[in-house]
Amino acid sequence: MKRILTILVLSSFMLGGCKSTIPKDALVLSNESLQTKQLQTRRFETKDETMILSSVAGVLQDMGFNLSESETDLGVVTASKKRSAVNAGQQVVAIFAAMMGTYTATDKEQVMQASIVTYPSGKETSVRVTFQRVVWNTQGQVTRAEALQDPEMYQGFFEKLSKSIFLEAHQI
Amino acid sequence: MKKITNALLALSLLAMFTGCASTSERLLDSDVSQVRIRSIQTRAFDTSDKEKTLRTVIATMQDLGFVIDKADLVLGSVSGTKLDHYSLRMTVTVRPRGKSQLLVRANAQYNVKPVMDAAPYQNFFNSLEKATFLTAHQVD
Repeated sequence: MKRILTILVLSSFMLGGCKSTIPKDALVLSNESLQTKQLQTRRFETKDETMILSSVAGVLQDMGFNLSESETDLGVVTASKKRSAVNAGQQVVAIFAAMMGTYTATDKEQVMQASIVTYPSGKETSVRVTFQRVVWNTQGQVTRAEALQDPEMYQGFFEKLSKSIFLEAHQI
Repeated sequence: MKKITNALLALSLLAMFTGCASTSERLLDSDVSQVRIRSIQTRAFDTSDKEKTLRTVIATMQDLGFVIDKADLVLGSVSGTKLDHYSLRMTVTVRPRGKSQLLVRANAQYNVKPVMDAAPYQNFFNSLEKATFLTAHQVD
């Protein structure tokens, strides 16, 4: 429900002054899609998809996410969390602007969404994770709606996942 | 006083009529024929493996930049959202057609509008064909 609300709010803000038709390449595979896939995917030497999924759930909890949906039969887990989006740069600009007597809206909070999909391939199970976020400013307007592409985030996630699989295999 | 009221009434009526559809029109979205919508949103694939097809749909959506929101094997549905300075939400359903085929149907909304053009769906099915190694048949 919260998710739908997010989309609706987001959509209504995007409507103003934006192109209202879908971009031609929105549903076309891009040249970067293979690279992105490699960044977002790791393979684990196990056929136990359920074990991987429960480790994934553990990592998401480690990262402070709340699970929103899961379908173990298809290897899907989704989660989200709400965090502050205040950043120093914008605050400095806003303070200067305030000294000049103008009010500038700054980023206030964000909802981060994670979606993990497992896929059995032979003796291995591949895990692909995708992150995205929506940012709202102090006036409640959406300022960003984007996929998160920073390699560091994905490496960090998989490091945690490897640890989680190890911990759960050893029942710690 | 009455003049002002009338003027206000006329203004509000004008505002209501200019380019705005009624709530029931928005709800039913029936400005395009049901048959045509189904035809551009649906393809048949020569396989009866629902789970594998759904998993391939999920993988294809991820390749296209979607983040999967929910999936259900029994219902045969997958929903995802692509955020790229716009919001594109898509639901894909997979259901059996006879014994040897599956019908795959996709419907999408771009920001606050339904996607009614054939081209974006054709692009999606092209990507899905590559991933499944199967041909997407047009259904009439």
